[in-house]
Amino acid sequence: MSYFVNEKGYYGDFGGAYIPEMLYPNVEELRQQYLSIIHEESFQQEFKALLKDYVGRPSPLYLAKRLSGKYGANIFLKREDLNHTGAHKINNTIGQILLAERLGKKRIIAETGAGQHGVATATVCALRGLECVVYMGEVDIKRQAPNVARMKMLGAKVVPATSGSKTLKDATNEAMRDWINNPVDTHYIIGSVVGPHPYPDMVSIFQSIISEETKKQLLEQTGKDQPDYVMACVGGGSNAAGMFYHFIDDESVKLIAVEAGGKGVDSGLSAATTYLGKEGVLHGSRSILMQTPDGQVVEPHSVSAGLDYPGIGPQHAHLFKTGRGKYVSITDDESLNAGLLLTQLEGIIPAIESAHALAYLEYMKFKGGENVVVCLSGRGDKDMETYMKHFNL
Amino acid sequence: MNRLQQLFQNKKKDILSIYYTAGYPNLNDTLQIAEALEKAGADFLEIGFPYSDPVADGPIIQASSKQSLDQGMTLQILFSQLKDLRKTVTIPILLMGYVNPVLQFGVENFCKACAEIGIDGCIIPDLPMYEYEELYHSCFEEHGVSNIFLVTPQTSEERIRKIDGLSNAFIYLLSSAATTGKNLDVSANARTYFARIKAMDLKNPLMIGFGISDKQTFDAANEYASGAIIGSAFVKCLANGDVEKNVKTFMKEFRN
Ligand SMILES: Cc1ncc(COP(=O)(O)O)c(C=O)c1O
Repeated sequence: MSYFVNEKGYYGDFGGAYIPEMLYPNVEELRQQYLSIIHEESFQQEFKALLKDYVGRPSPLYLAKRLSGKYGANIFLKREDLNHTGAHKINNTIGQILLAERLGKKRIIAETGAGQHGVATATVCALRGLECVVYMGEVDIKRQAPNVARMKMLGAKVVPATSGSKTLKDATNEAMRDWINNPVDTHYIIGSVVGPHPYPDMVSIFQSIISEETKKQLLEQTGKDQPDYVMACVGGGSNAAGMFYHFIDDESVKLIAVEAGGKGVDSGLSAATTYLGKEGVLHGSRSILMQTPDGQVVEPHSVSAGLDYPGIGPQHAHLFKTGRGKYVSITDDESLNAGLLLTQLEGIIPAIESAHALAYLEYMKFKGGENVVVCLSGRGDKDMETYMKHFNL
Repeated sequence: MNRLQQLFQNKKKDILSIYYTAGYPNLNDTLQIAEALEKAGADFLEIGFPYSDPVADGPIIQASSKQSLDQGMTLQILFSQLKDLRKTVTIPILLMGYVNPVLQFGVENFCKACAEIGIDGCIIPDLPMYEYEELYHSCFEEHGVSNIFLVTPQTSEERIRKIDGLSNAFIYLLSSAATTGKNLDVSANARTYFARIKAMDLKNPLMIGFGISDKQTFDAANEYASGAIIGSAFVKCLANGDVEKNVKTFMKEFRN
């Protein structure tokens, strides 16, 4: 069984490019060229150099000793929080901006929820001198004021999405509408492994640096390049896709994906897509999404804006359906507690998104001595207000 | 031959099609609007079934879709509203909407419901050609439902030929690559593009849509195609007041 995309753009039953004709030329151009561009030596050199000198890679693989002591396993943290701009998102935006340049595009658009992807996009646009427009739900603009200010300071135009629920899904709709209306000079940097083919594959290739480094670092630190478990949180699924990438075909490595349970999976306020969703089409691909019986997309809820999305990428839908990956969920409160625990045991304040992955350690049954890698996808600076409110800090 | 194919056989010019959102302005206005439009001289209709995330639509159709959904519209309800359609409406009717509600309803069930009621075709903008060919085409054919494809200024000639081969009613020529509700700028560029497609001499007739809002843009479209499709401009005029009166007032500009 293949867990990667086939030549038609599908992962098993999922994927494809469900886009209106207006987007076809852009998406088709990308489909025809993304692999050859990414594999060019000059591209790889530039990409690797920027990841090293600008982003600060390789990100450390840190054996969290006190956390390991608590859970009775060797817990390694893949420190994507130490990247420039504070999350894994920049791995993808660096890759896509280099690709956009090679396609001759002059204008960049993006959607953002928490603002991490928006900041990562505005950052690479500043770096390369390209025009940048970021769509962000009106509700998220209010929730994530510091990131809005960062984007503006970086020279991006932040456009509020005022339709629907005014959050990430609606920002994505607005970005797609912008792309429809600007069919020639614009590249859309999607922030996760969602969207029409080839986006899910392309974004996972750019994020695969996470597991590529992890393998080398594990070999150095443990003498073995395979862990027993890799764990990551899933919004659209890009940090998880990058964390899983080089382990997917090695079935001895267990893949654990943690979704946002919100106030509880059956509370009506949740973003646990695999639990609540059904197969369908959203934002250009066939996947699993939260929807009514009539096929209308349902509003998700999560305390972390980055996980507040009603779908998951098609590769995740495939890993879930085939049983290759285990998909679980963690509530708002559990994630906040896990964030506090990591802070006090290891001196690392994680993004609330990443804290979801950490929180699932409570549910794992270890025999002792297993090697576990958790993707620490981002740092918690952006979440201080939420932590402060919750813990009365 | 369905009603749509018949229409295009009998009428080569000046065909006027109107789009409106089902369940808007009031949930149960759907059939009445169809009847009023036929009376006022529309040649065929596109009835939009609403979707929560209409990426190809501008603000006017987004708002009508949202209002319709808020009022409880579903595909199931739409089909029941239209069940006696053919007792009072004779012009061809298309359904237009996004693919996910169709998937959830079931493609086979959807085609069957269309055939039973007397729906002649559909426009599903986010259903790609490859998936249509592989999974939907035979079901559509079997139930006599025509699938309408869109063409934009950026669509390649090779692809247009392929679309022509898969179509059996008409081809929907987008005035520009844009979401719905923008005003057509009848510029030299648009004219060159219309003329280029016209010169391809396709087997299917052409209808021009997106940005057609008044007599002037309608006439311009008619120079290059069998007719034109009006959407946002009509939906906008339904916002306030009596439905029948609004339809009459709107149609006066085009038909007297
Ligand atoms: C720190 C962090 N982790 C995770 C996510 C979720 O995205 P994905 O599932 O694509 O990794 C986000 C999204 O904003 C994020 O900022």
